[in-house]
Amino acid sequence: MRNAMPKLVLGRLSSSLVTLFLVSLVIFTITSLLPGDTAQQILGQFATPEQVAALRAELGLDQPPLVRYWQWLSGFATGDLGMSASNATSVAQLMNDRLPNSLLLAAITTAISVPIALTMGLVAAMRRGGKVDRALNVVTLSMVAVPEFLVATLAVLIFAVHLGWLPALSYVSTVDSLGDFVRIYAMPVLTLCCVLIAQMARMTRAALIDQLDSAYIEMARLKGVPPVRRVLRHALPNAVGPIANAVALSLSYLLGGVIIVETIFNYPGIASLMVDAVSNRDLALVQACAMLFCGAYLILVMVADLCAILSNPRLRNR
Amino acid sequence: MVRGTRLPISVPAKRNKQALKLTRWIGLGLFGSWVLIALFGPLLAPYPMGAFVSDTIYGGASAAHWLGTDYMGRDMLSRILTGARYTVGLAVAAALLSSLVGAGFGMLAVLLPRWLEECVRRVFDTLISIPSKMMALVMVSAFGTSIPLLIVAAVLSYAPGAFRIAHSLATNLATLEYVQVAKTRGEGRFYIAAFEIMPNMIQSILTDMGMRFVFIVLLLSGMSFLGLGVQPPAADLGSLVRENIGGLSQGALAVIAPALAIGTLTIGANLLIDSLSKSRDTQKE
Repeated sequence: MRNAMPKLVLGRLSSSLVTLFLVSLVIFTITSLLPGDTAQQILGQFATPEQVAALRAELGLDQPPLVRYWQWLSGFATGDLGMSASNATSVAQLMNDRLPNSLLLAAITTAISVPIALTMGLVAAMRRGGKVDRALNVVTLSMVAVPEFLVATLAVLIFAVHLGWLPALSYVSTVDSLGDFVRIYAMPVLTLCCVLIAQMARMTRAALIDQLDSAYIEMARLKGVPPVRRVLRHALPNAVGPIANAVALSLSYLLGGVIIVETIFNYPGIASLMVDAVSNRDLALVQACAMLFCGAYLILVMVADLCAILSNPRLRNR
Repeated sequence: MVRGTRLPISVPAKRNKQALKLTRWIGLGLFGSWVLIALFGPLLAPYPMGAFVSDTIYGGASAAHWLGTDYMGRDMLSRILTGARYTVGLAVAAALLSSLVGAGFGMLAVLLPRWLEECVRRVFDTLISIPSKMMALVMVSAFGTSIPLLIVAAVLSYAPGAFRIAHSLATNLATLEYVQVAKTRGEGRFYIAAFEIMPNMIQSILTDMGMRFVFIVLLLSGMSFLGLGVQPPAADLGSLVRENIGGLSQGALAVIAPALAIGTLTIGANLLIDSLSKSRDTQKE
């Protein structure tokens, strides 16, 4: 019976890989349909046709699309992602420089938002229908729909303009002390946390309430188990899987959120690198960044699914 | 769950209903006024959108300029009243198209041969695995930005979600007897989809479309904020935030007002949809 689980997990892994492959196909197709081409873009409009042809040959653009797709895809395995058209450096190098910054931002945001969101979801579920729950419902429902730049502008307005505690724009230059660290990360993290916490708290509440509605909780209630104990000892252990699922799914919001936040705060991460690449139509860089983001997204969704599979005894033993 | 297997749970139903009503009215008020502004805003605008009307840039609120002036001395109120039309109009168009494409395929897929249904599902599953901002960024990098392109990018990102919901609803409905009867009667696929299945899922689809509207407003104003969406001289609310971002360090009204405008639009829509779908749930019970 228990042997079904590795099979289920392997199945999920391989279907993610297939999806990633299809996603790469979509991204490559869209970026190769471009009417003008990269060689023309690099050389500018005053280049002679011979120059363009030479560069096309050098970049391999004269090859048929399928060959180019294969070269591009195998580039991910070897780490050779091509040259950035606007920076005269390799794409891999650029991404290497920026990626740690983004990961740090995401890590700090996660570390702060997860405990807060779980507590909020837990409290709301325990006080279902009460004042706290209804207040949290309206607040989180509103926060989910707020654009990042509204949170960011309000944060700048309050903390930088009126209170003067923080600089309006953050540059990661030198971090010498804890104070510097807070000054740089406070507002980007705050902005990302707002939406993330709201979303995660809602999903946590829903997951817990799903458990609280089941028969065994009814039983515990009839036995006279007090509400707090009912939630913490009876419902929570069974809700761990769905909650982990909710956390992983919510974290995928970060992938969209950082794009705005890194831009507004001039944070040198991978998302602002990609936005610049899109503005400059630096396709090699855009392709690589897009694959990175889509890959990260797929991993989060897969982790969420695996949490649900592993924590559900019925699915586990099917 | 079957009726009667569960004891009534002690939820203060009456107070809940009142709260529901309140959020509905707040939602309706916010969302409704933005729809009205999108329809009639340009008529109400005191100045033409592109007119340079003041010598002060990033001016504060005054009798002549209620929402101050922007980075070039243009009237912010007029620009917001005009810009709202782009934000609401584009998002309505994209949400309608997303639901139409998604729900249309969702219903038809159920009635297609097995292998074809699987293909359609695979395509939508792939598209749903690309985060919406990634899709929009990749498309803009390849084709440059334009209003039709932004709508296509939004539809490609959000039709798959509509497809999933419609497909799972339709799969359930398709097994019901009256659909089987229609099939035996020899009705065509389109007839069954449009007259047997659709009427029973239209409410869920409309709620879902409302959610998609909110997401699309956020996506498109986000793209404009990055400078990759609606291009000048046209400006949606996201572009208004972007062009005045320089005034942020002095706390200019010109950057806060359009950002708040988008926030109230999406929050209003979200509250309205939530209260409508909840009251439908209680009606059912």
